[in-house]
Amino acid sequence: MELQFNADEIAFREEVRAFIADNLTEEMKQGMLRGGYLIRDHVIEWQRILNKKGWGVPHWPVEWGGAGWSPIKQSIFTEELQLAPAPRPLSFSVYMVGPVIIEFGSEYQKKRFLPRIANSDDWWCQGFSEPDAGSDLASLKTNARREGDYYIVNGQKTWTSYAQYADWIFCLVRTDPTVKKQMGISFLLIDMKTPGITVRPIQTIDGGHEVNEVFFDNVKVPSENLVGEENKGWDYAKFLLSAERVNLARLGVSKERLQRARELAARTPYQGRPLLEHDGFRTKLAALEVELKALEITQLRVLSAEGQSHGAPDPASSILKVKGSELQQATSNLLVQILGPDALRRQDDAFDDWSSMITANYFNWRKVSIFGGSNEIQKTIIAKSILGL
Amino acid sequence: MQDSLVRLLQRSYAFDHRWKYEAATPGWSREIWAQFAEIGLLALPFTSESGGLDGTPVDTMIVMEQLGRHITLEPYLSTIVMAGGILRRAASTEQHESISTKVIDGSLIVSLAHTERGTFGSPSRVGTQAVRSGDLWQISGHKSCVLHGDSADLLIISARTSGAPSDAKGITLFAVDPRATNINIQSYALHDGQRASDIQINSVLVPHSALIGCVDDGFRILQSAEYETLAAVCAEAVGVMSELHQMTVDYLKQRKQFGVPIGNFQALQHRAADMYIALEQARSMAMYAAMMSQTDDKTAIAQAVSSAKVQIGRSAKLIGEEAVQMFGGIGVTMEFKAGHYFKKLTLLEQFLGHADHHLELLTSGPGLFELE
Ligand SMILES: Cc1cc2nc3c(=O)[nH]c(=O)nc-3n(C[C@H](O)[C@H](O)[C@H](O)COP(=O)(O)OP(=O)(O)OC[C@H]3O[C@@H](n4cnc5c(N)ncnc54)[C@H](O)[C@@H]3O)c2cc1C
Repeated sequence: MELQFNADEIAFREEVRAFIADNLTEEMKQGMLRGGYLIRDHVIEWQRILNKKGWGVPHWPVEWGGAGWSPIKQSIFTEELQLAPAPRPLSFSVYMVGPVIIEFGSEYQKKRFLPRIANSDDWWCQGFSEPDAGSDLASLKTNARREGDYYIVNGQKTWTSYAQYADWIFCLVRTDPTVKKQMGISFLLIDMKTPGITVRPIQTIDGGHEVNEVFFDNVKVPSENLVGEENKGWDYAKFLLSAERVNLARLGVSKERLQRARELAARTPYQGRPLLEHDGFRTKLAALEVELKALEITQLRVLSAEGQSHGAPDPASSILKVKGSELQQATSNLLVQILGPDALRRQDDAFDDWSSMITANYFNWRKVSIFGGSNEIQKTIIAKSILGL
Repeated sequence: MQDSLVRLLQRSYAFDHRWKYEAATPGWSREIWAQFAEIGLLALPFTSESGGLDGTPVDTMIVMEQLGRHITLEPYLSTIVMAGGILRRAASTEQHESISTKVIDGSLIVSLAHTERGTFGSPSRVGTQAVRSGDLWQISGHKSCVLHGDSADLLIISARTSGAPSDAKGITLFAVDPRATNINIQSYALHDGQRASDIQINSVLVPHSALIGCVDDGFRILQSAEYETLAAVCAEAVGVMSELHQMTVDYLKQRKQFGVPIGNFQALQHRAADMYIALEQARSMAMYAAMMSQTDDKTAIAQAVSSAKVQIGRSAKLIGEEAVQMFGGIGVTMEFKAGHYFKKLTLLEQFLGHADHHLELLTSGPGLFELE
């Protein structure tokens, strides 16, 4: 097993870096530095730039636009995007529904949706969670009743990220209420323009609009939009969620934040000299770097194991989710600590750059240990699937 | 008084009330303030000679904990604890009559304008200058993050009257009317909804009678008032933490997933217990800080409030973050209470120095234990 990049991988990293440097606009970069939110136009524009280069959906099979890279190269690519930082790809599209359609969808669905996902022509959102079905996702109640060539959908989804921009939503719906709860769930693709769908915003603690409630009132969905087989949706969801897990380590995000922490500490006076010169602060920084390095190596180990087994992500990917989210949160808190008294301000006219958003981002980033399967749920996966407890 | 306060807050400080107070000018409730005056809350730390109640830091602790429980927006800390602490220590009889009396009856809001940007960790660093000419003083400079600066009827401004920029000696306090021409106030909201201001002072003239205390002797007073404020902030944080912890425990009992209350999962039980331990450790240190503040030993007070702030900072972070986590999605929403308590705790952690800062101060002290 390699714990360091080989010459080919290093050359690849240089190529990716150069491409990003040539194509990422300052506006996109600043947008990313300021906050955790996706900026709709930036996401779409950047996805199209990548897609034109053939890098829009590198992790997909080559026949649908994949780049044929090894898992290591894919992770180098992702990390370089995060370090830049470039707009995050819309994970609901390229990491979630895309791979599900590739694996389980019909030919019609593949032809219809995949090229449009790769080019960001459609914006997808994820309709899994409901008010009473969060961690216990399988207890979801939104139901779909078959009527001729249609399903009639009624119910409510919540926490739906960026539904306000979405053209499509992929939903888990109950198609058979009489069987064990995991057995009666189907995976439906629903056009957001269908009559009967209402989107209501939920404001997050930092004042942003990222999540929504989505209501379905007798929404008519053509049966050709069912993915795979009826009542097999839970299997597809599990496939999707484990793929999501790997993607949530976001090492590059934490590394990029540590870089900024240095920058900020160099220009922040404490006791009359830059904070960066204080031993106490440097010790703290070093300790975080050690943890991040450990995670980087762990990720390499998990990825090379997956590369060999050509299969589904192993349960060890839960380590990446837990530790990755903890480090994203620790680095976002480090920035708050550096600001010290200036962290109190909701807006700060004296800083019009990213540092005025630091505290808001720290608040917002509490989400990463909650979504994508909460860290408690990940630990249960480790305890049960790896440790056999 | 404690009972009246508890009743008043229960009646008038439900979460939807708080929203209304925050949304309307001045960002807090003048009605509540008047009721605070009525029950004697505003008179608490003042001496009986100046119409006060001779309250102790322990009395203040009890009040601040209650205010913390409701994450109130009124300028109690800035006007009564900080500015009040300075007035009690340094105001002349005339100033007590013209200022303290009105603070006590609720008609005057006073804010302390001391901190300047970029001076974190250097409390005596004052760049604002005051120069005497005849019977007038001319003040110029810039103050940062003055709590409730936009509703203040009076500012207590610290200015350098002699010495180098970081000398403890040579700082003087002035009572200044914020409506004076040449004072420019820029206000904004803090993350907990409280208001604060940056203040630009351009050659403002005040008479000699505006001095609070003696020339060049302001830092001593500022420091004592700051220690008292730190103790009060610790108590406020304990109030915020106990309320948030209670909310979390209630939620664990009520929220069901997998067919059972999530509080049935031992993974969460232990963490709620850890939060409780952190809360009680914080409470102990807030009590310690308040009690030590009643002594005359300044070194001991400094150590006590710093060590309390370290514990409070640690506990606040743990309780705030864990609460949000256990609430899941609704923990990060604006609509729901818990997230606001988390934000308040984050602010209190940073206010008047975070845990790392106070640890740094402690490392240069004599240590907390006397071992033979
Ligand atoms: C910003 C944000 C964006 C999101 N975006 C989307 C989206 O686009 N689409 C979507 O479908 N969903 C989305 N979600 C929802 C997310 O997946 C859920 O919030 C998550 O599954 C947790 O569910 P819950 O909020 O109902 O919390 P609950 O399930 O009620 O959990 C509350 C707490 O209990 C813990 N807990 C629950 N069960 C156990 C157990 N058995 N053992 C130990 N601890 C347990 C949880 O870990 C958590 O700490 C988003 C959430 C957030 C915050």
